[in-house]
Amino acid sequence: MCLAIPGKIVEISRDNADSALVDVVGVRRRIDLGLLQDDKPVAGDWVLIHVGFAMSKISEQDAFDQMNTLRALGEIEGAMQEVEGYGLENMN
Amino acid sequence: MRFVDEFREPELISRAAEEIRRLAGTERHYRLMEVCGGHTHAIYRFGLKDILPENIELIHGPGCPVCVLPMGRIDDGLSIAQQPDVIFAAFGDMMRVPGTQGSPLEHKARGMDVRIVYSPSDALKLARLNPDKQIMFFAIGFETTAPSTALTLMRAKAEGIGNFSVFCNHVTIIPAIRAILDSPDMRLDAFIGPGHVSTVIGCRPYEWIAKDQHKPIVVSGFEPLDMLQSIVMLLRQLRAGEAKVENQYKRVVPWEGNRAALRAMAEVFQLRPYFEWRGLGFISQSALRLNDKYAAWDAEQRFYVPGIRVTDPKAAQCGEVLKGVLKPHQCKLFGRECTPEHPIGALMVSSEGSCAAYHNYEHRKAAMATSLTSIA
Amino acid sequence: MAHGAGGKASRKLVEGLFAPLLFGSSPGPLGDAAHIDINGTRVALTTDSFVVKPLTFPGGSIGELAVNGTVNDLAVSGARAEALLVTYVLEAGLPTPVLEAEVRAMAKAAWDAGVRVAGGDTKVVEHGKADQMYVTTTGIGHLIPGITVDPRSVRVGDKILLSGPIGDHGITILLARGELDLEADLRSDTRSVLPLVETLIRAAGPGIRWMRDPTRGGAATSLNELARDCGLGMVLFEDQIPVRDTVRGACELLGLDPLHIANEGQFLAVVSPEYADAAINALSLAPGGGEAQVIGEVREQPVGTVLVTTRYGGSRIVDMLVGDPLPRIC
Repeated sequence: MCLAIPGKIVEISRDNADSALVDVVGVRRRIDLGLLQDDKPVAGDWVLIHVGFAMSKISEQDAFDQMNTLRALGEIEGAMQEVEGYGLENMN
Repeated sequence: MRFVDEFREPELISRAAEEIRRLAGTERHYRLMEVCGGHTHAIYRFGLKDILPENIELIHGPGCPVCVLPMGRIDDGLSIAQQPDVIFAAFGDMMRVPGTQGSPLEHKARGMDVRIVYSPSDALKLARLNPDKQIMFFAIGFETTAPSTALTLMRAKAEGIGNFSVFCNHVTIIPAIRAILDSPDMRLDAFIGPGHVSTVIGCRPYEWIAKDQHKPIVVSGFEPLDMLQSIVMLLRQLRAGEAKVENQYKRVVPWEGNRAALRAMAEVFQLRPYFEWRGLGFISQSALRLNDKYAAWDAEQRFYVPGIRVTDPKAAQCGEVLKGVLKPHQCKLFGRECTPEHPIGALMVSSEGSCAAYHNYEHRKAAMATSLTSIA
Repeated sequence: MAHGAGGKASRKLVEGLFAPLLFGSSPGPLGDAAHIDINGTRVALTTDSFVVKPLTFPGGSIGELAVNGTVNDLAVSGARAEALLVTYVLEAGLPTPVLEAEVRAMAKAAWDAGVRVAGGDTKVVEHGKADQMYVTTTGIGHLIPGITVDPRSVRVGDKILLSGPIGDHGITILLARGELDLEADLRSDTRSVLPLVETLIRAAGPGIRWMRDPTRGGAATSLNELARDCGLGMVLFEDQIPVRDTVRGACELLGLDPLHIANEGQFLAVVSPEYADAAINALSLAPGGGEAQVIGEVREQPVGTVLVTTRYGGSRIVDMLVGDPLPRIC
């Protein structure tokens, strides 16, 4: 379940606040914003699209945080190996 | 940021795979279930099994809404569409799923008006464009898709569109997970939690899995880095003896879910007392139907529905595969009577079905373990 | 219905029904064109039917497809098209301007491809049949010297080349049908690939093992057929397969794989390793060949299978299409 794709809102329809044009790598699709009534997106926001409806706003900040966490993976490992060498870590 | 390519960066994938190898060690065997069919698909599409160590086993869960639909429901939907002037509208996923008299596409070849839609609103649009026809939308999906069906029905009601109805097969994920955990032959260490269902229901509904069942669950995204990071988080919990709900897919999933979506569902649907799930049997409070306010748009009320139960062929072991008890190739019909061209069950025809995935990806790789080392 | 989509079902129909009854004791695998001997002169012959909805779309129309499709089938079999015969099956009530436009398009395409239309036939069927029009073209041509195309000559280590981005045509048609609410700046890639094929032959003739134009069923289907015919494995490198961003985006949105999408202006070639560099250099410098890429290589394993590998070591098997590519939501 759940092919959902990130898309960038290009414009909110003038005659229907629930309808917006999104861009997914150059492909434009009209989608329904009806499920984001409590947190209306604006042009420039990224949303997650599933069956023609925006399900959620995508947080660029959280995405950056995640990338940073992932980049740090290798670095943390180095520190962990040192600690393990002291036999302090419980392996199970 | 495009939110896709970044999460496929090869260097970071290697690092994550390294971390997983380090955490997994060699002594312990880990059984992780990914509940959602979208995750099953992602695992195969990105070849993730190739980069996970041998002692991490991924068990495919029942989160494929097409796979869990009993054949009788497909027959019911098609029998409605056989009535004059009815247009059968459904997602592409449904088109090749076999009913006892053939799949929707096969019915189309025999003259039935069958249309593929990409959204429930496409089906409503068909109703507007074809006032002399009855459009029946065969709705499937978990809580990810149900709100969109709900909103579409609200619009149909507001606009007074009478020639539109929904044959509702929406199911809910928590009862399915419960059925898995209640299963005596199931041994699991942790869960890779559904990503997109959680954008609607949030992360709270999984708390009982951690608290009562003491199993970690990490709500995960669908890109390779998302899934690998989720496995890292699960391994860390397991090694520390912890069991909690974590949200790896923070950029998309709000902990509290989507209130507007939940409101739409509450406005239109009610829980069925019970519903039959292919392979899992009858589960109570596990599926949705249109409530009385929307009875006029309920295909099951507008049309006569035979409601015949169709049991799977005895030899077909869809149920055990769905529960993760059997691997696809262990089903007696796998690769013989049941193939992607002649599917017996939905697990072989659905793009998320474990059997289809296994047949296309795993099955033929068995012979080539040696050549994989020369690819890197 | 699945039998027309170009994948497994089509192949079963051809191999299981047509071939044994019609092709007699013809040995060897089925190619894009037949090479026959007429009193010592070798000629190439091929035929193809064109059914497309809508009739016109960004980048072309059925008229162009009908010409280029047949010219291309001859080209990838190693032959230069000389003449075409055309059959039109027309639906009663088809407006004359529509027919005229298609005939003009066909004439122009033939001119551009350097092939003459030598004759044809027309039939009219009742309203409701023929989706406005069906077109069949039959092409005849002479073999280009210095090249033999045969899947049985493919060897481990050979390189797999692709002339340009895949998926343009199929996605353009899907969007042109208007059933999906998608818009993109995309055109069909329909064109004659003969000039590029001739460039390839000049640069790498002795090293060319096999060629095919990946139409319905996409590159995956063509390569699966080759893998089956030569009993070897086709290993592709995912990030080397050229796909336009818009096609990638549309495929992601719909849950489709670009490898399964039809193309009308591209071709695949398998070339021996000694000639591969010369081949790709010549193609990339030729007009219309700027996006040509080496996309993979032939290996011993997995036998009879197409495998797509990623940079991070993941891999997946890509099968032939079963029926049409269907959009999915799950």
